Amino acid sequence: MSREDVLVTAEWAENNLDTAGVVFVEVDEDTSAYDGGHIPGAVKIDWKTELQDSVRRDFVDRAGFEKLLSAKGIANSDKVVLYGGNNNWFAAYAYWYFKLYGHDAVQLLDGGRKKWELDGRPLSADPVTRDETSYTAQEQDPAIRAFRDEVVSAIDTKNLVDVRSPDEFSGKLLAPAHLPQEQAQRAGHIPSAINVPWSKAANEDGTFKSSDELRELYKDAGLDEGKATIAYCRIGERSSHTWFALHELLGYSDVKNYDGSWTEYGSLVGVPVEIGPGAN
Amino acid sequence: MSNDGCGAPEQTAVLPAGIDLEKEIVLGGKVTSDGTPVGGAYVRLLDASGEFTAEVVSSQDGDFRFFAAPGEWTVRALHRAGNGETKVTAAGPGLHPVAVSVG
Repeated sequence: MSREDVLVTAEWAENNLDTAGVVFVEVDEDTSAYDGGHIPGAVKIDWKTELQDSVRRDFVDRAGFEKLLSAKGIANSDKVVLYGGNNNWFAAYAYWYFKLYGHDAVQLLDGGRKKWELDGRPLSADPVTRDETSYTAQEQDPAIRAFRDEVVSAIDTKNLVDVRSPDEFSGKLLAPAHLPQEQAQRAGHIPSAINVPWSKAANEDGTFKSSDELRELYKDAGLDEGKATIAYCRIGERSSHTWFALHELLGYSDVKNYDGSWTEYGSLVGVPVEIGPGAN
Repeated sequence: MSNDGCGAPEQTAVLPAGIDLEKEIVLGGKVTSDGTPVGGAYVRLLDASGEFTAEVVSSQDGDFRFFAAPGEWTVRALHRAGNGETKVTAAGPGLHPVAVSVG
């Protein structure tokens, strides 16, 4: 897999806005950003109301994903280009999600909404409608999703990459710094985890760093390239971004995203928790 | 703001209900260019080592807000009109005003 298979440039995107079989999808942390202006022709997926089950803590199931993509007018044969704000944080989460349900022709717009805006490229507030399709999803791919028991048994065995900020890792904060700190649970990190904040994989304009820079970043932090890896954060979204860097850009074969992440692990009874800056 | 979400909180000058300034360190202010508020700027919070911590988009009125730990911070704003940054030291809880000028 090469970088061009998983990332498109803003320039490519602007030249392919009207290309048949290419669908742009905005998935934003700020779910109202789309309504104020979006890439012309792009549809929107709301990560909170459309990708997550409204009752259980889990994703929409396979049938739900099929229904969602059909309603958005996305066909199995379409190439999907995802983009969003905050360094593609939520777009990367959606990317992982598309892969989880077996949609192979999916790419991220490098730099996401931020680079698009900083470049001064066109935005449109016009409503977008696409004809409904009959989308068929695959069963979830267990090779890229980790659950809690696997994470507990990975301590001291697999690479655990905690991609939260250093203050969340050490236990000083329970959430990212732009969100209120309201949660009641244990603070800290999974023992043996290394801390590589997700944002280190991105340049200031939101594009991903080069593969050489990324490889050095994770190796310097203590990632053992010979071992399987599980990435986690607070609710599994920032770690999708790191999963993308490790699995899609660097091509490491056994990399999973633990979407339960700290909000699950830090609330489990009886599991080990480490506080402080860690070994690295 | 719900417990389970990571969604972008609305950026307003008025603090949302339930924020306890006796306990929380809030860094907040406006992005401006020649004194005019700049909405839609990408506002980044960097820690004392210059490491990225969080990013929000300023509101129509240029407002932004972060919740932080004690320490020295840099608030850096990116916009088509230009970039700018301001340093702020937060010793303890309360609202620490930060003004960032771009252009």
